[in-house]
Amino acid sequence: MTSPVPDAPDAPDTTADGAPAAFPLARSCPFSPPDGYAPMREKGGLTKAVIPSGKEVWLVTGFQDVRTALSHPAAGSDARHPAFPALGDGEQAVAAELRPFIRMDPPEHTRIRRMLVGEFTVKRVRAMRPAVEAICREQADRLLSLPAPADLVGEYANRVSTTVICRLLGVPMEDLEFFRRITSVSGARTSTAEEVGAALSDLFGLIDRLIDEKAQEPGDDLISRLVNGPLARGEITRTSLLSQIGITLNAGHETSRNMIPLAALDLLRHPDQLDLLREDPSLWPGAVDELLRHLSVADVITLRVATGDIPLEGATIPAGDGFIALLAAADHDPRAFPDPGRLDITRAQRNHVAFGYGAHQCVGQNLGRLEIEVALRVLFEKAPGLRLAVPLEDLPLRSTSAIFGLDEVPVSW
Amino acid sequence: MVNPAPGLRLAADADVCAGAGQCVRAAPELFDQDDDGLVVLLAADVPEDSRARALDAVDLCPSGAIALRGHPAPPAPDTGADRLPPGP
Ligand code: SF4
Repeated sequence: MTSPVPDAPDAPDTTADGAPAAFPLARSCPFSPPDGYAPMREKGGLTKAVIPSGKEVWLVTGFQDVRTALSHPAAGSDARHPAFPALGDGEQAVAAELRPFIRMDPPEHTRIRRMLVGEFTVKRVRAMRPAVEAICREQADRLLSLPAPADLVGEYANRVSTTVICRLLGVPMEDLEFFRRITSVSGARTSTAEEVGAALSDLFGLIDRLIDEKAQEPGDDLISRLVNGPLARGEITRTSLLSQIGITLNAGHETSRNMIPLAALDLLRHPDQLDLLREDPSLWPGAVDELLRHLSVADVITLRVATGDIPLEGATIPAGDGFIALLAAADHDPRAFPDPGRLDITRAQRNHVAFGYGAHQCVGQNLGRLEIEVALRVLFEKAPGLRLAVPLEDLPLRSTSAIFGLDEVPVSW
Repeated sequence: MVNPAPGLRLAADADVCAGAGQCVRAAPELFDQDDDGLVVLLAADVPEDSRARALDAVDLCPSGAIALRGHPAPPAPDTGADRLPPGP
């Protein structure tokens, strides 16, 4: 679940006096990582920071170090570990209770992840393209039928991402609006903890009911296959299945909802890059990876505990300590990506870590790429004059959530 | 960067595969995924013109499931070290 992250300070309360920096840090610009990352990365090794719970954690910032740390067998993801560096209030307790597979270690993690990977193979995702295209066209037409300015987040990206993930999971159309209401409450900065709690319990109620329905009448969807496969065979408990479907739904929806509007804006402020895409649409897949790298919206999702010493380039994460491998810091490491602040859709390197790295690397990444590509292509095709309707500085940054994004993006066309 | 020796040979270990299909995206002529999402090696000997894509696949694989060796390779003890991702 993308639980809210407490308000982030603007700048690192840094280590001039040797005191650990306060973490998380806020972005000063929606298109760049927090300013505090570069000095940490330049200094090399690890940076000690204090998270809102008062725990001290290590921040990993170099590209190679982030990859080494995340793929090391001692990188533990179990949220029940006391040193687990949860950023949000109650996030650790919730994860320890619900046990979504992203917060588990092998062999448990491997077992549950394997139930899901078959749904997201390159081949299967490719087969979903026509359906995703139809969804994006319909939503773009709807957006463009509204009086301008309209909100690109609520009226397009959110609708595209919820429709795609609901289609994949087998959430029927009649439940879609209900589902959208739940996710807009659980994803909104303005929602109280009670409202988020109530929204999540509504969501679990919906999944719970679907599990029963799909046991009776299976369809061609992920929930049906899990219910009639692993659940029927007793390989997973109903409670665990509920959690795994919940996290898949939430992760799948939240990331695209945030990436699509932000990526659209990123292209709008780089008209030369957008022109390249208009001239040669075969550049789109590479552009999506570059946008993923440039924006790295899931920056702080990689919370880990070292279950053994993890040696890095210039330091070692000691066994028993919590660490956060900062994906946006790694993706802006000039040693890995020359001139990293520049959006260059023709960049040859594709080895960014926007989807994480190691055994937990995003299971739905191919669907994510497809969704972002199609949503942007259709949008720019149907609205060639698309533009931001307010000054960029007026957009509220959504820095209090585990996935970075903008709450609202008013556009005209 | 891995230093490519002439005649590269691939090995893929489905037991450690995380199934995200990065290898298939990088080099569809060398890798596939089975219905369960796990890596399937289509060609162990890397043709000359697939070399760059094979190196990319090894670099992109997040789990270290793909190993690349110069060929003929001396039968080295499997320390797992060759499965670790190479440098940037
Ligand atoms: S890239 Fe690696 S982990 Fe992903 S499917 Fe291929 S072998 Fe498996």
